[in-house]
Amino acid sequence: MATALTRKDFVSDQEVRWCPGCGDYAILAQVQKIMPELGVPRENTVFISGIGCSSRFPYYMNTYGFHTIHGRAPAIATGLKLTRPELDVWVVTGDGDGLSIGGNHLIHALRRNIDLKILLFNNRIYGLTKGQYSPTSEVGKVTKSTPAGSVDFPFNPITVALGTHASFVARSVDVEQKHLQDTLKRAHAHRGASFVEILQNCNIFNDGAFNDVSDKAIKADHQLVLEHGKPLVFGKNRDKGIRMNGMRPEVVALGNGVTEKDLVVHDETNLSLAFMLGHFEPPMPTPVGVFYAASRPTYDAAVNAQLAEARKSQGPGELRSLLRRGDTWNVK
Amino acid sequence: MAVPPETAQQIAQGSGASGRRKPVETRPQFVIRFAGDSGDGMQLAGMQFTTESALAGNDIATLPDFPAEIRAPAGTLAGVSGFQLNFSSQQVFTPGDEPSVLVAMNPAALKVNLEDLKPNGVLIIDKEGFTDANLKKAGYTSNPLTDHSLDKFQVFEIEVSKLTTSAVRELGLNTRAVNRCRNFFVLGLLSWLFQRPTKSVTDYIESRFKKTPDVMEANLRAFRAGFNYGETTEIFASAYEVKPAEIAPGFYRNITGNTATALGFVAASVKSGRPLFLGSYPITPASDVLHELSGFKNFPIYTFQAEDEIAGVASAIGAAFGGSIGITTTSGPGMNLKAEAIGLAVKVELPLVITDIQRAGPSTGMPTKPEQADLLMAMYGRHGESPIPIIAASTPADCFDCAYEAVRLAIKYMTPVILLTDGHLANGAEPWLVPDADKLPEIKVEFRTDPNGFMPYLRDEETLSRPWAIPGTPGLEHRIGGLSSEHLTGNVSYSPSNNEMMVRLRARKIAGIAREIPPIQVFGDAQGGDLLLVGWGSTYGTLREAVTNLRAKGKSVSHVHLRYLNPLPSDFGDVLRRFKKVMVAEMNMGQLLKMIRADYLIDAVGCNKIQGRPFKVSEVESRIMRALEG
Repeated sequence: MATALTRKDFVSDQEVRWCPGCGDYAILAQVQKIMPELGVPRENTVFISGIGCSSRFPYYMNTYGFHTIHGRAPAIATGLKLTRPELDVWVVTGDGDGLSIGGNHLIHALRRNIDLKILLFNNRIYGLTKGQYSPTSEVGKVTKSTPAGSVDFPFNPITVALGTHASFVARSVDVEQKHLQDTLKRAHAHRGASFVEILQNCNIFNDGAFNDVSDKAIKADHQLVLEHGKPLVFGKNRDKGIRMNGMRPEVVALGNGVTEKDLVVHDETNLSLAFMLGHFEPPMPTPVGVFYAASRPTYDAAVNAQLAEARKSQGPGELRSLLRRGDTWNVK
Repeated sequence: MAVPPETAQQIAQGSGASGRRKPVETRPQFVIRFAGDSGDGMQLAGMQFTTESALAGNDIATLPDFPAEIRAPAGTLAGVSGFQLNFSSQQVFTPGDEPSVLVAMNPAALKVNLEDLKPNGVLIIDKEGFTDANLKKAGYTSNPLTDHSLDKFQVFEIEVSKLTTSAVRELGLNTRAVNRCRNFFVLGLLSWLFQRPTKSVTDYIESRFKKTPDVMEANLRAFRAGFNYGETTEIFASAYEVKPAEIAPGFYRNITGNTATALGFVAASVKSGRPLFLGSYPITPASDVLHELSGFKNFPIYTFQAEDEIAGVASAIGAAFGGSIGITTTSGPGMNLKAEAIGLAVKVELPLVITDIQRAGPSTGMPTKPEQADLLMAMYGRHGESPIPIIAASTPADCFDCAYEAVRLAIKYMTPVILLTDGHLANGAEPWLVPDADKLPEIKVEFRTDPNGFMPYLRDEETLSRPWAIPGTPGLEHRIGGLSSEHLTGNVSYSPSNNEMMVRLRARKIAGIAREIPPIQVFGDAQGGDLLLVGWGSTYGTLREAVTNLRAKGKSVSHVHLRYLNPLPSDFGDVLRRFKKVMVAEMNMGQLLKMIRADYLIDAVGCNKIQGRPFKVSEVESRIMRALEG
């Protein structure tokens, strides 16, 4: 019957209004690009967002969409997914929306392992409110609200997610088209809460925040691409790797007797390893890819299984007898 | 007339009581209050006595009054828990101003409650609770049992612990377990004293303690021992009987406000054919609705205990977006937290019911005590112009109709609706004439499915509500959100004139609900008179009784009790203007009063109480009398 969907089918008629050069454009393009490949009817796809630059996202997707209130998208998505488990529900949030005002909802959605695809655009700044520091801004950051430098210790989105025992935790970069597409597809294929941190450049208020992993000239020496079952190798000439020195990871140069066999092999099912990699900060390379992926029961499936079980064991609800329960008597 | 399943005589005969039966004195009505430590099981005893009284055919009303602390230190004033029941052979409107019978399990319970007991009232005391230590904890410097301070009452001192212990001795239970049977001894004694049918109690004990047969047996023995103690000892000269009341025929159930609220939502779900989704965060006194609904999964009903109040309402909005009936339940502090999300539901025009089971504030206030001070918050407690329909239940059983009506309006008008009840209704109980499920009003759900001409904000001409177009419907993909949106398309719009139009359209939509509000029923003089008493919510019974009493004395006083608080009924202004004086009675500083003065420019006066306690009938009567004289 219908012809196969294309990227264009997922482009809404609304003019995109992010600042020219914003990393959000690249992310939108990759999401629209993978949509036809997911095999989900457009009407069964829902994008839910909170408040912030990233949260304009649903307006540009020709699917069902709900631009909600600051920080609450995971909670609203939870109500939808529980009652409509057949829908594909995506949450688009940012570092302020998801980790500051909405931190509580994010951690509980991840902890419950409700089957939501959560994309957190991390630009380490408040863009929509014009340039205050965010919960992922580094200490010392000078912004409009921190003229003397921020003294506020930041969150690391990956380790926050791992701390909730989220069942899928990954990181990608706005300009890494192929890597971002692959990561989003993996996130979509996962059953349960998928958390993807997308490093996103705000060229107006925090330009170049992720240059070390996005600048083609230098990124190879700063980006560690995680691949399940493969040793942790990086560098322009793939000549560096991560080796354990006792309990501590260290960067080693390959050669001079050091081979890939000495390196840590990535294992997506190892939560401790994921935590260790999640804590990598310069001068260690920045890992991108899937830190952790494990199968555990989803909240939405468990809730609906209880409902189905109740229906099976008690029969469908019968209003007349329900109203007539308890301490009753007849007056004639 | 009600037919008790088992008469007191049968019990007495069955228990082997011998000899001549004591005389039974008939009285029209009693107000009895059970009071003890919060661990003494007085709520349970009270509720069981209530069931017995309902089964005896009396009309009833109850008022539980318990401390916020789960277990305040034993014997202290803070730990006193009370339960009051009014049972009568006539129609009952309230739990009663002053008890004529007080059960006090310890000195603290006596101290807290004695001032309410009627002169010459019956005082039943657990004598063994009056130890030096307990007297000191309650702040008594001398023992009221011996210092003649109780001389104006009929005092019955009973050694409850000793009698209970001897009744269950053979079972070999430890002291703690034995002590926990004392409430059933007392209940047994009162069941004899008021000649109650007892089968409901024995059935309850058998089912409640099914898994612990020795505890079951102990409670049964304690209960029977209490009953027989009344019959066989010299302490009581006679028993009392309260004949069945004239009650409309039908099938009755004893119901609390919170249970009725929960059932109203279930009924609305069944009648609309849509699943119910409750997103809620535990809070006193609303949690029982969550508990209740969590047991009805097969309907299907989703209950989601959210991470906080905000997620409670937000998840309900998400469920409504998906086509379920989204509801959230809370009390005052939770309402504050939900305000922003409720505003979102106003803006995106999705159906949602927010139940605020009001409690005494501000802030944490008195969580277990009722108040009506959230009305103006329900009206105006959001930023921007965001009108919401508000309905308020007036009795525990009325919570069913109001919950049902709230869902009906929410769906018909695609709007959040606020349902106001309070702690007094939530935990209070009354007989409920169970409605015929088939005869409940229709709740029609029509999802938009046709893509031809679909626009998210194309409104129904009559109701002005927008279509409910749910994800999963091919061809209707669209986006909604909190940003100001364009008429018809719903696209983001900053057009100044469009914004004003949309604000006014939503306001007109809500105001239009007045079309279907039934005409006001005036109790008293529909054509007008000296004074109209206006009320809303749980004050219903008290106000009706006060007006009934004054009318019996020839006063030209009438009563109107509102269910719809926003919009107000369209004939309300006309009704108000027929009376020389208008008085508004509320458990707040005058919130409906402000609305009436503002909307109708009528110089109404207030009758207000902010003590976390319902009005007494006598208080309202004297306030009305002052107004009539002044």
